Amino acid sequence: MTSRYSIFSLMRNAIGYHQGWQRAWRSPEPKPSYDAIIIGGGGHGLATAYYLAKEHGITNVAVIEKGWIGGGNTGRNTTIIRSNYLWDESARLYDKSLRLYEGLSQEINFNVMLSQRGVLNLAHNLHDLREISRRVNAIRLNGFDSEMLTTEQVQAMVPILDCSKDARYPVLGASLQKRGGVARHDGVAWGYARAADGYGVDIIQNCEVTGIVREGGKVTGVETTRGLINAPKVGIVTAGHTSHVAAMAGLRLPIESYPLQAMVSEPIKPVLDCVVMSGAVHAYISQSDRGEMVMGAGIDHFTSYAQRSTLAVVEQQMAAVIKLIPILSRLRLMRQWAGIVDTCPDASPIVSKTPVDGLYVNGGWGTGGFKGTPGSGWVFAHTMARDEPHELNAPFTLDRFTTGALIDEHGAAAVAH
Amino acid sequence: MFLIPCPWCGERDEEEFSYGGEAHIERPKDPDALSDAEWADYLFMRKNPKGTHFERWNHAHGCRRWFNAKRDTVTHVIEAVYKMGEEKP
Repeated sequence: MTSRYSIFSLMRNAIGYHQGWQRAWRSPEPKPSYDAIIIGGGGHGLATAYYLAKEHGITNVAVIEKGWIGGGNTGRNTTIIRSNYLWDESARLYDKSLRLYEGLSQEINFNVMLSQRGVLNLAHNLHDLREISRRVNAIRLNGFDSEMLTTEQVQAMVPILDCSKDARYPVLGASLQKRGGVARHDGVAWGYARAADGYGVDIIQNCEVTGIVREGGKVTGVETTRGLINAPKVGIVTAGHTSHVAAMAGLRLPIESYPLQAMVSEPIKPVLDCVVMSGAVHAYISQSDRGEMVMGAGIDHFTSYAQRSTLAVVEQQMAAVIKLIPILSRLRLMRQWAGIVDTCPDASPIVSKTPVDGLYVNGGWGTGGFKGTPGSGWVFAHTMARDEPHELNAPFTLDRFTTGALIDEHGAAAVAH
Repeated sequence: MFLIPCPWCGERDEEEFSYGGEAHIERPKDPDALSDAEWADYLFMRKNPKGTHFERWNHAHGCRRWFNAKRDTVTHVIEAVYKMGEEKP
């Protein structure tokens, strides 16, 4: 176990001119076999490994990552956390995640910089207003926090928002989830990596899985660029590449991969102390601790595995954002990028067993993966350890596309996914 | 700027087009005979390849006609476009 971070370790290392800090996790050679393998070292995969060790005592685990930890969607999202979902199944899963986030920094001894600054979802027309009111009521009936704000309350909370009557996107009201907010996305990946490593989990970076080995309908291990690694249980947690990896085991999934783009402006003084989301124009805006305006778009309109920003989306996105918040019009963009998100037809994730014994899949989180990270890892670890889903993820099976029991969050969630 | 070659209108900006998803998914000839698993496969399961993809496009803000394209999902290079009903190249 690496040494514990505290005010005392900070002081001790300050005396040594900060030359004594140790790396936060090991970089081991892969062993020939493990009790379980997680494919994908993003937040969800690392969280799964951590909860496998912590909750289920399974510590002989490898997390295999083709690039570096948190270099995929974990480091590309807009870091928004919320649980304001309409359907019971989603609300319970995402709120489990939010509750785990609330204690996470203490639990894993790593500051994930959770900031519960509140998430606003704007209503721009009468239909939005009715839909948001319905959702607020549904969330409250589920026992989670959510409230409606009037235009005046929204304006008071976000003075820079154009709430005038002749605005291009008039603000008729908004829902507010006060427990929602943002966290440091890299911190979540690094924190889980360090905590899992502390339990003895091997994190193997720069190692790509090239095949899933099966015998008689049962998984026995994975082929990688660093050789064969055996394990009786393998979990696929590869976000945008879920279909690609699952196809190695002959599985067909109801998933399509789209780019999701985001961008940040040059830093300015604090002007926005909550998260503003608008489903109608597909914009989510917050201000980072460095002062940059962080802005996310909706998914691109055609499938792709290219992690690239495109002019068409940036242009459309900026046109909408400067109508919502006119003072941003003269800011320059510093960076823009894309992550590849795995979308399901019902915009809900798949956290499930598969027809192959010992092979599990955790994907289809679409645009909403970051907020789900702790809960996803927690239920997936349960599913892999016990070979059966937890009641929280039991509805999120692969079977639901055959039975028809879809969890249709399209348009039901705060932002259409 | 991403240009898409419409078989009728030639190269146009991507914003003129709407995307129709995976091509060559045939509607079941005898729907009553399909099992739930076969329905699920037809309705929901997709190839979603990393690389060559056969897909449908509609020139929505142009001639408004549908066509098929063979596109690489990593590089976005369109290797071929062909009309509805034609064999894939």
